[in-house]
Amino acid sequence: MPELLEGSQSVARAVAMCRPDVVCAYPISPQTHIVEALAGMVRTGKLKHCDYINVESEYAAMSVSIGASAAGGRVYTATASQGLLYMTEAIYNASGLGLPIVMTVANRALGGPINIWNDQSDSLSQRDSGWLQLFAADNQEALDLHILAYRVAEELSVPVMVCMDGFVLTHASDVVEMPTQEQVDKFLPPFTPRQALSIEHPGSIGMMAGPEIFTETKYLAHRTMLSARGVIEKASSEFEAQFGRVAGQLVRPYGDTRADDAEHRPAQSDEIVVVAMGSVLGTLQAVLPVLRAEGINIQLLGIGSYRPFPNQRLVQAVGEAKRVVVIDRAIQLGIGGVLSDDVQRALGSKPVTVDSVVAGLGGRPITEASLEDVLRRAAKGELEDLTFMDLNQEVVGEAA
Amino acid sequence: MVKVNIPFMQTGTLVVGNRLLDKEDRTVQAWRDRPSSLTHGHRACQGCAEALAARWVLDTAMDATGGKLMVANATGCLEVFSTLYPESAWKIPWIHSLFANSASVATGIAAVNHARGRDDIRVIAQGGDGGTADIGLACLSGMFERNDDVLYVCYDNQGYMNTGAQRSSATPPATRTATTPAVGRDPGAPFGQGKSVPKIAMAHEIPYVATASVADIRDLERKVRTAMSHHGARYLHVLVTCPLGWGTKSCDSIKMARLAVRCGLFPLFEAEYGEVTDVTPIRDRVPVEEYLKPQRRFAHLFGPHGDEVALERIRQMAERNIRQYNLLGEEVAA
Repeated sequence: MPELLEGSQSVARAVAMCRPDVVCAYPISPQTHIVEALAGMVRTGKLKHCDYINVESEYAAMSVSIGASAAGGRVYTATASQGLLYMTEAIYNASGLGLPIVMTVANRALGGPINIWNDQSDSLSQRDSGWLQLFAADNQEALDLHILAYRVAEELSVPVMVCMDGFVLTHASDVVEMPTQEQVDKFLPPFTPRQALSIEHPGSIGMMAGPEIFTETKYLAHRTMLSARGVIEKASSEFEAQFGRVAGQLVRPYGDTRADDAEHRPAQSDEIVVVAMGSVLGTLQAVLPVLRAEGINIQLLGIGSYRPFPNQRLVQAVGEAKRVVVIDRAIQLGIGGVLSDDVQRALGSKPVTVDSVVAGLGGRPITEASLEDVLRRAAKGELEDLTFMDLNQEVVGEAA
Repeated sequence: MVKVNIPFMQTGTLVVGNRLLDKEDRTVQAWRDRPSSLTHGHRACQGCAEALAARWVLDTAMDATGGKLMVANATGCLEVFSTLYPESAWKIPWIHSLFANSASVATGIAAVNHARGRDDIRVIAQGGDGGTADIGLACLSGMFERNDDVLYVCYDNQGYMNTGAQRSSATPPATRTATTPAVGRDPGAPFGQGKSVPKIAMAHEIPYVATASVADIRDLERKVRTAMSHHGARYLHVLVTCPLGWGTKSCDSIKMARLAVRCGLFPLFEAEYGEVTDVTPIRDRVPVEEYLKPQRRFAHLFGPHGDEVALERIRQMAERNIRQYNLLGEEVAA
């Protein structure tokens, strides 16, 4: 039944339906509403057989999650921005130990200067951490991806970040379809850990690996990451069969309506392909008909899985297109957009120009008008390799 | 726990269990079927008192919990010498995550056990003084204040011995370490710095705090049993000699840990809910010099270019401990 819910509330309810044993988090905006709701559910008994742990830092939040997951528990935590950086050491440890923790990242800018608003530089800074990163474009996807994330994490024994744009999704109310507990239970069986602390079978977890074995350890982790694409796609199709809607596509093509998405064909050589990740896809969807009416042939692809990066699916979807425009919500200083780097690498030797458009940093709204303008220029081939959308030239002292 | 003073115990035999006693009167280490939680074959240095203390603590805890024990270990000597892949010296469920987070990892383990109704499975977190007093203090304090059902054991060898004997905040004043060299006007670690984690633990008013020395196995075992008889956050601080870092003979590890207690520099006490409940009185008090002189890390205090001023300040530290904890067992006027 469709319900009007704040993004954080629907995610919290979805997480509760996944029956976590331990929820542990440290408050940081814009993730707080999710964990507040879960704390309430544990306290009132709506979420049974679950411990909610109030910790003193994100570092402790991830560390408690590591302990709980290693003891065989299903674990949930959430963070954003500075909190994600503060737990970075433990993030790498969680993936290195192969612990299927699921964590929401309510994407937010990284300081300094301190900024609480949305961009994606926080989770993208963890791209090499060995965690999967699934990105939600809207609140329905955000809640669905959490259910899917546990399934994928536990099958691979690898942790997963579910990334949803802070405030834009977490604090926005939207009509969503909440699954039933029966549906979730059917899709997500009880957690059977690959390895866990056990008094019956005592073992050592987290041993020191010397030079003779470290490369092999990383090679196997790399292979797991490669196999994750197939695991996500399989889980995604099973999700669709169970819940009757799509979640967890590696690359999501956007038609004019949701029904058109399935009709997707690879782009033609006279088409521009726009690639983006997260809530900006909604705005881009609104812009497409305007540009198409002007005679601009344009297609829109959403990246649903940033790690693993869907190289092959992207190559297929880009097809014969000669120009790809990437809307980037994070920057590598001195280089350019982060996502555009991945897109460029995926497209490899294809004869295609990748324009990187850095937009919406630190919560700067990405307006339809600005997107239309920048994409019109892209269609004319007027964009430089790297464009800063809506940059105030007066502030940076480069006024014409 | 009932504290039993065993009569006729000779100095120097505190460690050896008497096999003629009934099993329950012996130390766990004198049992034929001791758990050997940390078993042979590890890579600790000769005379490593941390390896001894860890086995004694965990074997006792294994017995106290009926073998239902899980351990979270901080990075440090204890982790490095025991688990170089593919070999592990641990015969208990054991996890190492990071340097600073063993207390939090233990909290997570305890939380899952609780959520599944398995409160009978107990959890110990352990680390060295660096992982406890310095880098891990925030996680430790969080575990304390939440009163999580975890016993945290600090094996205090008074420095970062795993990385080459640098100063930690548990390094005593005047100690020569790799980062507080014995040169300049005030050689060694500065006076007026450092912290007492047992006192910090007491400030959290947790159910049980105790200090112990690797030189007194009966006292150590009794404190572990007392700790395991409580639920909630507990803290045990064990002084362990490091022959490499202290510059002492491998065969003198127990002797040095005993002298630290006997000179008054390392008081043995227990506290419940923030109040000292028991103190182990000093038998045969010795001057601090007897403890300091055999250690190369204090060599700069002695000899023709010695540092009498520093020695006097260390004597005063021992005096303060003796006064504060009434370590000589003198009658206190009501």
